[in-house]
Amino acid sequence: MESRHYYRSLARTMVLIVILVSFAPLVMVTAIIGYRFETSYRYQVVAHLLEMVEKHRQNIDIFLNDKLSSVQVLANSFTPDQMTDKEFLSRQLAVLQSSYSGAFIDIGLVDDRGIQIAYAGPFKLAPVDYSRDDWFKIARERPFFISDVFHGFSSRPHFIITANRKWDDREYILRATMDFEEFNSIVEGIRIGHSGSAYIIDNRGQLQTRPLNSSHPDRDFFSGLLSRSHEGLQFNGALGQLLTVMSSPSNCCDGNKDVSIGRVYYKDRDVIYIMVPVKNSEWVLVYMQEETDAFADLYRARKPAVLIALLGGISIVVMAFALSRRMVRRIEKANREKEQMNQRVIEAGRLASVGELAAGVAHEINNPVAIIVEEAGWMDDLLDEEDLGQSQNLDEFKASLNQIKTQAQRCKEINQKLLSFARGTESTVSKVKLNDLINEIVGILEQRSRLGNVKIVKRLSTDLPDILASPTEVQQVVLNLINNAIDAIGQDWGAIEITTGVIGDTAIVDVTDTGPGIPEEVLPRVFNPFFTTKPVGKGTGLGLSICYGIVKKMGGEITINSTIGVGTTFHIRLPINRGACESGT
Amino acid sequence: MTRTAVMLVDDEVAFVNTVTKRLSKRNLHVITANSGYEALEKLDGGAAVDVVILDVKMPGLDGIETLREIKKAYPTIEVIMLTGHATVENGIQGMKLGAFDYLMKPCDIEQLVETIHEAKKKKAQSEHRPGKE
Repeated sequence: MESRHYYRSLARTMVLIVILVSFAPLVMVTAIIGYRFETSYRYQVVAHLLEMVEKHRQNIDIFLNDKLSSVQVLANSFTPDQMTDKEFLSRQLAVLQSSYSGAFIDIGLVDDRGIQIAYAGPFKLAPVDYSRDDWFKIARERPFFISDVFHGFSSRPHFIITANRKWDDREYILRATMDFEEFNSIVEGIRIGHSGSAYIIDNRGQLQTRPLNSSHPDRDFFSGLLSRSHEGLQFNGALGQLLTVMSSPSNCCDGNKDVSIGRVYYKDRDVIYIMVPVKNSEWVLVYMQEETDAFADLYRARKPAVLIALLGGISIVVMAFALSRRMVRRIEKANREKEQMNQRVIEAGRLASVGELAAGVAHEINNPVAIIVEEAGWMDDLLDEEDLGQSQNLDEFKASLNQIKTQAQRCKEINQKLLSFARGTESTVSKVKLNDLINEIVGILEQRSRLGNVKIVKRLSTDLPDILASPTEVQQVVLNLINNAIDAIGQDWGAIEITTGVIGDTAIVDVTDTGPGIPEEVLPRVFNPFFTTKPVGKGTGLGLSICYGIVKKMGGEITINSTIGVGTTFHIRLPINRGACESGT
Repeated sequence: MTRTAVMLVDDEVAFVNTVTKRLSKRNLHVITANSGYEALEKLDGGAAVDVVILDVKMPGLDGIETLREIKKAYPTIEVIMLTGHATVENGIQGMKLGAFDYLMKPCDIEQLVETIHEAKKKKAQSEHRPGKE
């Protein structure tokens, strides 16, 4: 059906609009706030990490510089002769150990040939030849030197700090062995989350600290990382952009441009790394943390947000569907009611205007009919006179005149019905006992109904109050309905049931017949004047329209229900007008 | 007994003519008028009339107005209203204004004649009474 299609498309449009209007701001707000939040959060996290790494870098440098300057002071303060004194050297070591809580393991003085000429420490290795050691070769070239971590004679990881000193044209190198554990603890302190950890590597990627767990990256990984940073591939993606800003001189902690930050794919995870040079760029402090770990709070915050957005979206969709369906249903209902109302108004208006027309026609026709009747009467009068009485066709004339009178009479009756349809013949209002009135009418119609094989059944309510109405009008209505019912049943056997009752302030009269029923397409027209299904001359088609007019005038209502093959019921509702009845008008 | 004088007032000339012939045939003296004005003029002109048969619906001065005028000037003349309207209101209004009876058009001629005679009888009575009082 056309209208169903219309309502469906209306519902669809409403759903679309609701979803669109609700989703657009939701998506936009979520996207904008989400993006801003994520960006600033990442910024904060990385900034925090950078700061921390930078602090540790400083700590490491301070640690190393401290030790170095101690060694330098020692070297410059005393002569080699003094230091070859074992007692003296041991005392100096003790001083250093006490001020640096065990960082120093031992100290020794090495001459320019690489021979250790003095030693203080836990090991008995006084005359050792270091001339072939790498550190010795480098240490000779520089005024001071801090070595990489290596396993020396004691096979414990350690590194050494040296200071050069010229004395009597001979070079001496003061060498101090540093406890690796002490140094390692500085780096071990950098632990964030479950995956964030720090390493110190040398320029070739060799680990200088001992990682906590065994799953640390190997040398190849670090050298790869170093080469990347050398190639300037520190940054990638949106994070990279952010980090560019972060590591620019104005933003970063002390403007060290050698800081490199980036993201690398390692062991099936995205890992963020931060590299800062320490020990005059000989070592690199690497901080690594899995991205999911570093931004764990962000991801954790994102989960409920996504969930809420999802639930919100679902509820919007459900709401949109439910709401628009309900709205459309209501609109549909309202439209239908309006249509019915219109139909009724049109119907009533048409009946009213047809009534006016009928009255007008009746009036206009009345005079000519009166004249016809008078003329026929005059001719009748004349026929009685003797000279015409001789005519052979006298009887024919008389028959003809009678026919004219009969038909004129019929015209007159039609006119009267028309007029009563429009105005009602008599409107003297009095108390009417509906049951008595119905009994009376049924009595009158008994003969006719018996001839038509129709049984009239009365179901009259005993507590029916009197109604205030014109008795003749009510009589006419009931008479018309019963007559119609008898006509409807026609030649067949049938029954008519007349029911009275009362609902509130309304008296009810139902007239039901077992006739053939009224086709649906005819049903709306049965109250129209001149509408009849009876053969020509049998009915004027005014009966029901008169009933309609009378009932309407009384402020009542007449409706019809009909089922083909079952029968027809006319329902009449008449206002009881109790107050007026009791006051006894 | 003198013949009863009837004035028939109706705007339908054909109706007036035929009814006049039929009433005359029934031994009534009929004066005709085709409007309310004409009826009043004829009465003013001294026409002796016992009963006026007055159509309610006429152009110009309608039946009710004419009735009012007649009753004002000639209270003893009886008036029978002829109405095409099937309304009681018109009839009741006419009766209130002093009409003798009202009949519905088209009416049976015998009924009309009978009503005329009754009206005449009433007129005769009312003419005797005021004389005695």
